[in-house]
Amino acid sequence: MAGLRPGHPFPSCTASLLAFFPHLLLALLEGTVAAAVLALSALGLSLVFGVMRVVNVAHGEFFMLGAMLAWWVAKMVPGGPAMGFVAALIVAPLLVGALAFVTERLLLRRIKYDPEATIVATIGLMFVIQQLALSVFGADAKAVSAPFTYRIALPWFGFSGYKLFVVVASIFILLAVWWVLAKTKWGLVMRVTQFDRETATAFGIPVNQVYSAVFVAGAALVAVAAVLIVPIQQAHYLMGLDPLLMSFIVVIIGGLGSIKGSVIAAVIIGLADGVISMFFSPTLASIIATLAVALVLVFRPQGLFGVEPR
Amino acid sequence: MSTTKLIVPEKKRITRRSALKLAGAGAASMFAGPGFVRYAQAQSSEPIRIGFQVHKTGIGAAYGKWYGQTTDAAVKLINEAGGITGRPVEIIAEDDATDPGRGAEVVEKFATQHKCDVAFGTLFSHVVMGSAPRAGELKLPYYVVSEGHHVASGKLNRYTFQPGITDVRSQVISMAPWIAKNLGKKVTMIFPDFAFGYDHRDYFSAAIKAQGGDVNALIPIPPTETTFSRYFAQIPADTEVIYHVMVGPAVLTFVKELGEFYGGSHPPLFGFIDSLESVSLKSPGLEFLEGSYFWEAYPRYAGAKPTEFDTFYRGKVGVDQYGASVSDANDVSTYSHMFGCWETLYIIKQAMEAAGYKGPDDRAKLIEATEAITTIPEGNEHPQGDKIFNGKIHQVFGHQNITQVKGGVGELVYRTTIEEGMYEPEADYTKMAL
Amino acid sequence: MTARIVLLHGAMILALFVAQFVVSDYAVLTITRIMVLAIYATGYNILFGYAGLLSLGHAMFFATGLYAAALGVTRLGLAAPEALLFALVCGIVVSFIIGLIALRATGVAFMIVTLMFSQAAFLTILYFGDITRGDEGIVIKDDQRVFSLLGTPMNLADPVLRYNIALAFLAVAIVLCLIVVRSKIGHVLVAIRENENRTAMLGYDVKRYKLIAFVLSGSFAAFAGAAYALLFAYAGSTLASIQYSINPLLWTLLGGAATVLGPVLGTAMMFLLVDFASSFTSASLLFVGVVLILLVLFFPKGILGTIRQRWWRWLP
Repeated sequence: MAGLRPGHPFPSCTASLLAFFPHLLLALLEGTVAAAVLALSALGLSLVFGVMRVVNVAHGEFFMLGAMLAWWVAKMVPGGPAMGFVAALIVAPLLVGALAFVTERLLLRRIKYDPEATIVATIGLMFVIQQLALSVFGADAKAVSAPFTYRIALPWFGFSGYKLFVVVASIFILLAVWWVLAKTKWGLVMRVTQFDRETATAFGIPVNQVYSAVFVAGAALVAVAAVLIVPIQQAHYLMGLDPLLMSFIVVIIGGLGSIKGSVIAAVIIGLADGVISMFFSPTLASIIATLAVALVLVFRPQGLFGVEPR
Repeated sequence: MSTTKLIVPEKKRITRRSALKLAGAGAASMFAGPGFVRYAQAQSSEPIRIGFQVHKTGIGAAYGKWYGQTTDAAVKLINEAGGITGRPVEIIAEDDATDPGRGAEVVEKFATQHKCDVAFGTLFSHVVMGSAPRAGELKLPYYVVSEGHHVASGKLNRYTFQPGITDVRSQVISMAPWIAKNLGKKVTMIFPDFAFGYDHRDYFSAAIKAQGGDVNALIPIPPTETTFSRYFAQIPADTEVIYHVMVGPAVLTFVKELGEFYGGSHPPLFGFIDSLESVSLKSPGLEFLEGSYFWEAYPRYAGAKPTEFDTFYRGKVGVDQYGASVSDANDVSTYSHMFGCWETLYIIKQAMEAAGYKGPDDRAKLIEATEAITTIPEGNEHPQGDKIFNGKIHQVFGHQNITQVKGGVGELVYRTTIEEGMYEPEADYTKMAL
Repeated sequence: MTARIVLLHGAMILALFVAQFVVSDYAVLTITRIMVLAIYATGYNILFGYAGLLSLGHAMFFATGLYAAALGVTRLGLAAPEALLFALVCGIVVSFIIGLIALRATGVAFMIVTLMFSQAAFLTILYFGDITRGDEGIVIKDDQRVFSLLGTPMNLADPVLRYNIALAFLAVAIVLCLIVVRSKIGHVLVAIRENENRTAMLGYDVKRYKLIAFVLSGSFAAFAGAAYALLFAYAGSTLASIQYSINPLLWTLLGGAATVLGPVLGTAMMFLLVDFASSFTSASLLFVGVVLILLVLFFPKGILGTIRQRWWRWLP
């Protein structure tokens, strides 16, 4: 009979019903954290994919670099994990953004954002970054301390306070990005370029520079996401594949060009995964979730809130 | 055309052969002396080429690095002592990217392009499974350092051996008696949902039953999983021992979340050091492991009274008493696996010398000589401990160790006998044709 | 079909046949492998290069063939040729069903849908681990790879036999691809790729043609998978992972999408690159990545694609 903590005070006849609620609570909490992680990782991609329509296969590697830098900065900076965390929040997006800038200028612009060529080029970039990370940082997984540790002790199980902080931080970041896109001139320029590139050029908008800025911003955002997330997981040179896949799924289900869509998709996928796997074996739950994603796209290819380009 | 005038009696005729023999003897006698006798006896000074299939990239990269370091140390030592059958050993390393398809290609490369005498060093089970068939077809003696059960199971071929490291079945069943006696009889198993995990699940379940115990929950975790809290909720309240054998980078998260979930009071934990090879037990987030137990093939902490062989081995490979690199205390080695490379190389040496190995034509003799090995004494060549090799299933058996984490360091608590890890052989490779 | 085309492709196949007598033993083994995987890439190209549909999930078809053949030989007691046919039939069926569903999505959605189906297939292989042994995989033993063709016994462990079987299969694949590409089907597919709406308005049943391309492509992949399992005696879940969906895309783009011989060239190139790089550095991945980037900068249409664009316009 499944129970949670030794010495559960309730008698066994009601235990099955009451054991369900803590399970559900845990699944919902974990699902919320998963949704936050998904939304954060996908945010940068949503921007880049939505505005520039390029598939950046190295997106996951930008995430990995952000995580590795978080570990490295924490090692270099004296003064405890909190100092390291803040320093990483500044250093990681700067360095990863710089890499994105170089990539955009030297590579993407030269191949004129041709879809197929971009895929091959970014696959090449992915290999390069992975190998460099392996050579520089080594092959082992690296733990990064959270800036603070606080265990929320519920009657049935304990939960990490930092994880909830990540949820709050992600909401904050998402709102900030939304505000920039919806309320500032920069955001307007980006949305116009996404909507119709030719018309934007006709109106004097330097589309190439906008693309540059968007690509760099996307990379910086994903690096920030990585710094926030890595204390919950760990940094490893092959960790980029999972965020890459999940980000693409979230962005496409949410609908290209819609941050709101990405967020909602992240919430649905994050929560659903947690709850479904309460009832099925985890591998079976993954199979179901994967097929569900496929079927959503089959019947609604533009995603939930997709904006068709002209 | 014969020239009768120049008939010289046979015994006096100096033929080229006899002249050479004379010259050779002269040369040999010039070099006579303790160290040089071996070289004079050598058939040739052509090196013995050993193909080293190593996981330099891919998920096995952390192991690959240490396998390489240990191999280099062993080969250096072997060559300093005169090599194998008097010939120097040359290692040809190829990266298989921890991929079975690439592993098979690497084996082909060793056999046909590099013209290696033997190949060795593969670790990950799925790579062994993908590569060994090719070795068998190409008749290349293939000495893996994998700890998988596949060699002993009879599924592979007569050219594949595992003489330097014990297999997972042996490791798992030898743990059951101690766990049942000292920790508890109701065990919850948390394991990865693939072949390696199934081996643990199947063998341990049977073994603990034989001790009068029982597995009260089986929790398989998909290999791609990144968050584990929801699985802990399935652990029954009356569990006496949590047995975990998670592998991969996510282990750090696993332990962290286990700690967050349980807080202070939790059932005793028994894990396998595979989870934390090359990771320091003092890493942030692993504080929860304090007081927990681990299986270690070869304890990374040397302890208060290490054997002279262990100290010698650590010195040569370049690790300190905590199993970390002497140049970087944070660079922890894969101590419970890499000794397999060292010991396997010495077994290759032993078998080649017993077979009088001269070249690839002697491969069949080499196979038979390897199969003939029985007891392997502890020593500089086998620092992990004495072992028994079963030539029929091509698998070696040895001591296993249980350590307890105290102050971030694993202190030895129990060392099993070799018999505790033995099981009935399931196959007999010696009956197969070569 | 013009004489030039027949000559070029025939010469290629002949060259491959002659190669086995002149190159080293190691090259013979490697080229065998390249040829089998080139079948996979050629099939992929029909869908990607000619029909313009980017699938990220072809590993599921490769795996279908792989496991159908491996399980057929080890569990169903089929002989090798029967297992091959069985796997091909499975491949046709599976790609037909998946095609019916997946083709309802277009563009990037199609990409993700194929990716998802492939992931589900990968997870299903792991889920039925008791049969498939998951990532550890199935080893096909020597006696299961011996069969008799027209009375003569044949052992798939023999490298010469293996090479020529792979070559024969590749030749068939190339010829089939040529026929398809030069036929009405091929032209309609290219029309769909260039402008789907216009093609539909001209009265062609776009859905049907896409499905044909999809099934052809999936069947080639399954056949390649079956050949791989039987010739190299191993089937494992790693061969069904995302990496093996990305590979044919990479090989095709490298060699030149929308050219018949492009995928073959691309496959060979990648193998050579990796092999060459690993002989002087342990960072072979870095080297491959750099080469890919350089290729994309200077040969964006792939090698044969660029050749066709600049010099040989008649290349199919």
